[in-house]
Amino acid sequence: MSGKGGLLHERINSMTICGDRGFNIGNFGDCTSRFMRYLCRVLCAIFLLAGCGKQSNINDDAITFCSESNPTYFNPQLDTSSTTADASAHQLYDRLLEFNPTDGRIERGLASSWLVSNDGLTYTFQLQRDVAFHQTDYFTPTRTFNADDVIFSINRWRLASHPYHEVNGGNYPYFDSLGLDKTIKDVKRINGYRVEITLYTPDSSFLANLATDFSVILSQEYAQNLLEIGTPSKIDYYPIGTGPFKFSVYKQNQYIRYIRHPDYFLPTTGAEHLIFDITPKPSLRMAKLITGECDAIAFTSQSDLAVISERDDLTLLEKPGLNIGFWAFNTSKAPFDDPKVRRALVLAVDKTSLLEAVFLGQATRAKSLIPSASWAYQSDAPELGYNPVRARELLDEAGLPDSFTMDIWAMPVQRAYNPNAMKMAQLIKSYLNEIGITLNIISYDWNIFRENLTLGMHDSVLIGWNADNGDPDNFYRPLLTCDAIPSGTNRAMWCNKDFDALVQQALLTDNFEKRKQIYKQANELLFAQMPLMPIAHAYQYQALRSDITGMEINPFGGIGFDNVERMP
Amino acid sequence: MIKLFIRYINLMVITIFALVLLSFMLPFFFPGDLLTNISGITPQSLEQRQALEKAFALNESIFVQFQVYLSNLFAGDWGVSSVSQLNLYDEIAYAFPATLELMLYALFVATFVGIPVGFLSGLKHHNPADMGVVTFSIVGYSFPVFWLALVFITLFCLQLEWLPMSGRIDLLFEVKHITGFVFIDIILSDLNNTKEAIENAFRHAILPTLSISIVTTCLFIRFTRRSIMDVMQKGYIIAAKSRGFTQWQIFIKHSFKNALIPILPILALQISTLVTNAMIVETIFSWPGIGNWLIQAIYQQDYPAIRAGMLVVALFVLTLTITLEFITRAIDPTKDETARAAV
Repeated sequence: MSGKGGLLHERINSMTICGDRGFNIGNFGDCTSRFMRYLCRVLCAIFLLAGCGKQSNINDDAITFCSESNPTYFNPQLDTSSTTADASAHQLYDRLLEFNPTDGRIERGLASSWLVSNDGLTYTFQLQRDVAFHQTDYFTPTRTFNADDVIFSINRWRLASHPYHEVNGGNYPYFDSLGLDKTIKDVKRINGYRVEITLYTPDSSFLANLATDFSVILSQEYAQNLLEIGTPSKIDYYPIGTGPFKFSVYKQNQYIRYIRHPDYFLPTTGAEHLIFDITPKPSLRMAKLITGECDAIAFTSQSDLAVISERDDLTLLEKPGLNIGFWAFNTSKAPFDDPKVRRALVLAVDKTSLLEAVFLGQATRAKSLIPSASWAYQSDAPELGYNPVRARELLDEAGLPDSFTMDIWAMPVQRAYNPNAMKMAQLIKSYLNEIGITLNIISYDWNIFRENLTLGMHDSVLIGWNADNGDPDNFYRPLLTCDAIPSGTNRAMWCNKDFDALVQQALLTDNFEKRKQIYKQANELLFAQMPLMPIAHAYQYQALRSDITGMEINPFGGIGFDNVERMP
Repeated sequence: MIKLFIRYINLMVITIFALVLLSFMLPFFFPGDLLTNISGITPQSLEQRQALEKAFALNESIFVQFQVYLSNLFAGDWGVSSVSQLNLYDEIAYAFPATLELMLYALFVATFVGIPVGFLSGLKHHNPADMGVVTFSIVGYSFPVFWLALVFITLFCLQLEWLPMSGRIDLLFEVKHITGFVFIDIILSDLNNTKEAIENAFRHAILPTLSISIVTTCLFIRFTRRSIMDVMQKGYIIAAKSRGFTQWQIFIKHSFKNALIPILPILALQISTLVTNAMIVETIFSWPGIGNWLIQAIYQQDYPAIRAGMLVVALFVLTLTITLEFITRAIDPTKDETARAAV
């Protein structure tokens, strides 16, 4: 104790003196300036090295795309998430048929021509010759693309007995949700470059389905090799395709690298390197676009659109989207199995304010599932308005207590059809509060979110759908038919035999007017049952730097970089 | 000296044991299936579940489980991430050097700016320059690190567009992961544009380093200034002066070393603050380090990853703190005096 006291005393003494002695230390002047010079030199060096002005382009032959999340696989057959489709469908693979991104017409892809029999049951495809597969450090192809690859790619998801069917989960959500495995009777090899597909029933959307992001063609030879080594699961993580880019490196939460496929069968003008910089935060993506760290970004925030249009160094592409954002109720759970409760919830929420607050006017109001860009759009579809009094009455009729708690799941990522699910959930929360319902808002990591949704753990969810092709069937079937429940695209877990029958009936005819009438009936059924509340059809945007050319919005699916390059 | 060494080793072993025990217990508190929490694998079949249960000795007593956990831990088998199914040891070995790197940059800046400035300011105390330094150091010390980082981004990246804002190096450079330290890796990677790569990595490092180091630098300045002011009042300095030494000689021979001794232990304590700050700043600058990695793991509810990551960070901070404390104790000539014992 005494020692401590002594120290303290000495310190106080020294403090009192130091003021008087300050001048003594003036001799240090020389050394001060030496230090100052040293400091100046260090600072100068830092700023010289840092360089003022814009970041120099180190590699003009590379495009950096800032994506929003990790792909689940590098094979879109296994996942309907647009993150997976963006990272694989148009980069690594080709399809038999392709959509023209401008008018949605079906064009040739790996199939150079095709023939449909008069009864609509047999499709014959003539295949392109000399289409090379990727050569990478994990696989060297010995042959080019042929009929075996088509048969392998289709049979993998179609046949439960196929050696690759169960690899990596055995779940093919797109095909399962459309019931395509039950539509196809056989896939036959006529010769090396001719394949015949026969169906059980005519399906007017069949060709469109073959052109979607999910109908990619894999390499049968690679699959065979992997099977022999005993590592079949690698097929979806170390992908081999025929696409314009080949896979190089993937680092979770960080980046994906692709290198141009030198022997791509179509002429392209794109860059040599393609990099997906995985940046989950929308604000960070926007900032990186401004600093030039990204050349293009996924899912621009509505609030940033004005900023992008104002800046000269940024460009904004725009197109009406084939999508729908909705609020789905888990109809397999009480009390949401009662249409009265679902209608009450819809009546309680003012859709107009959701559109204004969340989409900032960049979307059209959704009445049914189909957007006005589709030929099947029904302009006079019935719609429930905002009526909280009637909502409360309906809840009372359904025998619900005065106060009641439910969950709403708000998806953690941005999508065109719902740019800010969290904000929307909060608005809905305040509306439901008025009719005595307490709403809990829940969110998870995107992959876990969708896994748990498929398990049906939610009460209700704010989510949506991006069409994969221009056919209206692509909305009705995956979103609300019974088959789409296990495959995880029917978020309402709603199964109605009448609805399924209508959707099926619509496919049997090629006549647009007849199909339109059937979809009208389906809309009436949805209006009465209200398994989900349609909210909005959003515009699609693509923000990019102005020196990037060749970028196009593809309303039918994933982003493609075949012809994207930097202007000199 | 040996006694001191044994005391520190003892302290370290006990604390590490407590940490390992805690990390062993974590999966029991996490929600969900215990087996998945421990192994990171969701068993697809009954056979797989049984095999996993056997591997982790889940049917045995808790002591056997702990023993299995320990032997796995030492064998480098830390399980797999429940989200990506990647080996956690590899993942941490990938992310951790990045954090270490950032921390070292900050420490370097703090030491080579903070200590000289502190000396100067202490020697010339109460003149306007010193007042300026004191004011700056108080202001700098009071900034929250994350706020500073955001201000830097707004100013230097978005407004002035001088510096990049994310990552360690532009992704256009294909730098292989060899040591995990970006500058060393660039040199080892044999790129055809090594010079540009180094410049690019340097530009990426500036803002994160500044954000972390400003707080630490300000602290270093304040400690050093206080310490040199104390030393300059000591009797032996007055004695030296009376013997006719120049101020420069006095500084080199007497005050420099003596002023450093009391501040070293305080500086060592700052290391743990530096690690935490580095982890915060990483998430803002998307620096691919352990902090960023852990935040992702938490967000993705990746329990095996959270457990391993926390254990590694805790072990690192602990080892570093105890080692530094031991060293400063060992080289401190006043260590046997009662005055030090009382502190």
